[in-house]
Amino acid sequence: MADRVAWLAGWVLLALVMVPVALMVTALWQQSADVLSVGFLLEDPGRAGRSGGIAALLISTGWILALCLLVAVPVGLGCALYLSESLPADSRRAQWLGGVLDMLAAVPSIVYGLFGYQFFAITLGLGFSILSGALALSLMVLPLMIRSAEQAMRAVPMGYRQARDALALSRWGWVRRILLPCAAPGIAVGIILSAGRALAETAVLLFTAGYVLRRPDSLFDSGRTLSVHIYDLAMNVPGGMPRAAATAVVLVALLVLLNLLVRRVLRQPMTEALV
Amino acid sequence: MITTSSLPLSDRLLGLALRLCGLLAALVLGGIVVVLLVRALPFLINEGAGIWQSTWQPGQGEYGMAPMIAGSLFVSVLALVLAAPVAVLLAAWLRYFAPRLRRPVLAGVELMAGIPSVVYGLWGMLVLVPWINQWVPPGASWLAGSLVLALMIVPLALLVTDAALGQLPLRYQRAGEALALSRVGMLRRVLLPRAAPGIVGGVVLQFGRALGETMAVLMVCGNVVQWPDSVFAPVRTLTANIALEMAYATGDHRVALFVSGLLLIAVTGLLLMASWRLRGVSHG
Amino acid sequence: MQFVLRWLGGAVIVLFLVGCGESGSTLTVTGSSTIAPLMTELAERYEAETGVQVDVQSGGSGRGIGDVRQGLADLGMVSRALKAGEQDLDGHLIGRDGIAIIVHRDNPVLALNDDQIRAIYTGKIQRWDAGSTEGRPITVVHKAQGRSTQELFLAHFQLENSQVRPDRVIGENQQGIKAVAGDPFAIGYVSIGTAIYEADNGTAIRLLPLEGKPASLAVLAQGDYPLVRELNLVTHGEMSQTVVDFLAFVTRTDMADVYHDYYFLPAAE
Repeated sequence: MADRVAWLAGWVLLALVMVPVALMVTALWQQSADVLSVGFLLEDPGRAGRSGGIAALLISTGWILALCLLVAVPVGLGCALYLSESLPADSRRAQWLGGVLDMLAAVPSIVYGLFGYQFFAITLGLGFSILSGALALSLMVLPLMIRSAEQAMRAVPMGYRQARDALALSRWGWVRRILLPCAAPGIAVGIILSAGRALAETAVLLFTAGYVLRRPDSLFDSGRTLSVHIYDLAMNVPGGMPRAAATAVVLVALLVLLNLLVRRVLRQPMTEALV
Repeated sequence: MITTSSLPLSDRLLGLALRLCGLLAALVLGGIVVVLLVRALPFLINEGAGIWQSTWQPGQGEYGMAPMIAGSLFVSVLALVLAAPVAVLLAAWLRYFAPRLRRPVLAGVELMAGIPSVVYGLWGMLVLVPWINQWVPPGASWLAGSLVLALMIVPLALLVTDAALGQLPLRYQRAGEALALSRVGMLRRVLLPRAAPGIVGGVVLQFGRALGETMAVLMVCGNVVQWPDSVFAPVRTLTANIALEMAYATGDHRVALFVSGLLLIAVTGLLLMASWRLRGVSHG
Repeated sequence: MQFVLRWLGGAVIVLFLVGCGESGSTLTVTGSSTIAPLMTELAERYEAETGVQVDVQSGGSGRGIGDVRQGLADLGMVSRALKAGEQDLDGHLIGRDGIAIIVHRDNPVLALNDDQIRAIYTGKIQRWDAGSTEGRPITVVHKAQGRSTQELFLAHFQLENSQVRPDRVIGENQQGIKAVAGDPFAIGYVSIGTAIYEADNGTAIRLLPLEGKPASLAVLAQGDYPLVRELNLVTHGEMSQTVVDFLAFVTRTDMADVYHDYYFLPAAE
């Protein structure tokens, strides 16, 4: 009897969770219907964002994302290599470092915005620029990147390491030819997850990359990402709602694509990686 | 490990580079705290006690953050109270009552987890707040913030619970079935209690995430600096405050915002350590 | 692997070279979120004509003033007149706007006098008292600090920020508009230009007359509306030629249509 009730209750819970989100996405879709088109993706915004499309924003977002990953991935891989190769999994130092990483991952994103503003924009004099934004973002995704890569590297079978020792391979050779290729799927997942987190972030960029609507010419230019654009159009520009909704649809679609990519690479639902 | 005295250059460089990278993570965290702390120290020494007051009027030199600290905590706690049972029960249901639904629903939930907070905030502002307003004005409130946050927390809490349940040895379930326990009974008495540390630890982590959320609460909480007298009262969180005022704050005002940032780091750090304890993870 | 690394290194160098591009002729304009959309469009036109890039960032009038003083921006957008303590800055008038009191379109209230508004905002009157909204609590929508809209509002009604009892604090004009449009019992104040734009486009708000004067552009142009405000671009110290050119551009008569698009009055009118 209790099982019966539980069975029904579960459906209620499911609806409770899925329905609002479904409604939200549908509302977005409807609001943006007049505006969404291929042209929307290819045109630059005009009239402060009230007309035109989001081409310049896609470019800005792309630059920020690329630069962010360009910094975060090598450093992240390096850290992960250190953790997995130089430190046994249960040593004090490994655990301590792991703790620090988890702390970093838990820091609220706006603090990265504050820090980025104070350090990158003001102290380093980078001002409101793609560079500031990308650097602040890379700090934010670094822990995630390190953890994913580390997990992937530690998962390489012990047998491989023993074979390496038996064959007296150089460290660098081992890393280059065996470890990285083996861990590549997990590392790729880490990269994609980091990209997803960076894409969805707004608060950090408000204080570092700024608001400018134009196509950026250089890394020192300010640039707006999709998420900041959504915020600005909805909150600041009269008549900006339809395009805000359309941009939101594009952003969600992008994130869905990234997510699908991860599943393809992993072929299973990721649970640990998201935590 | 190979212990020859003539490691190739590439290996030595690699070792050095790796050690540097390893330090980098610690440096970054330390760096953030140091930069913020350095700016904040003079202020803290002079007016530190003032942040526990209840009046936030930077124009008049009042930096009482207590209502905003309360705002942050209250909104997050309620969000957790709403989200955690739903997530845990739903995860258990998916595993033991509707296993065929599990894969597709988890996929959908992963997608939900990826929706940016701006979008949730927008929905909250345009749909949820007016809806609450019809019952109890003004609508933009503690409750609105908690509901939106709960919606954002549920996906991840659900995935964490699913993972924790998945790690339980199968023999528990088999034993329960052999004893002809009802599934509810099995869950209540055996499975959930066993998985509890992992679940609670993961859920506490989501609390930290909720605490750090900015955009969504900025749009739906009302942003009034006050101690709420009901769930329908507007509140302002520390994060929303930073977002609202950072752009133009100067001098002491800006430093006060740094202090609130440090507070956030401190609280999330504490929560994290609590989560480790619960999950039985040892982090030295 | 070597190949990948070399390629990566090359890409980084190229990126940096490209990155260290033209930081020569760029103007940075920061400040009032009311002026920002207007300025963004003017900047678009300026760039089309002269090729000089103009970066517009929002953040509030307070930010505009701070940035110009610190040299972080060339021009500050300030949606009010300069105060006594700001005489180290030069203000250049580019347009006029006002502040309108708005309520929901379905609210039967037709007008409120200054005392009533003051009482509502200080919490002395808490409920509507007429028509369909009778007895319902008023949702007081107030702007956050650092916004000149808020400062002007407080100055006009001779209030201190600490006296206001808001139910909702908003940052930008649009947030205020959406707050009032979504709440039949709300009252708020926003830039007149923004409000008229939205009301004309069907958003569920209505502008209330102030001191008996209707909130319309015509009244504003005649100088009869009580809560007017200047839209200023401020500079600090000596102005570069680019700044001078830009100022001349935004006040050119053929730019008036951009102002009208946002329901502001260009300085000339």
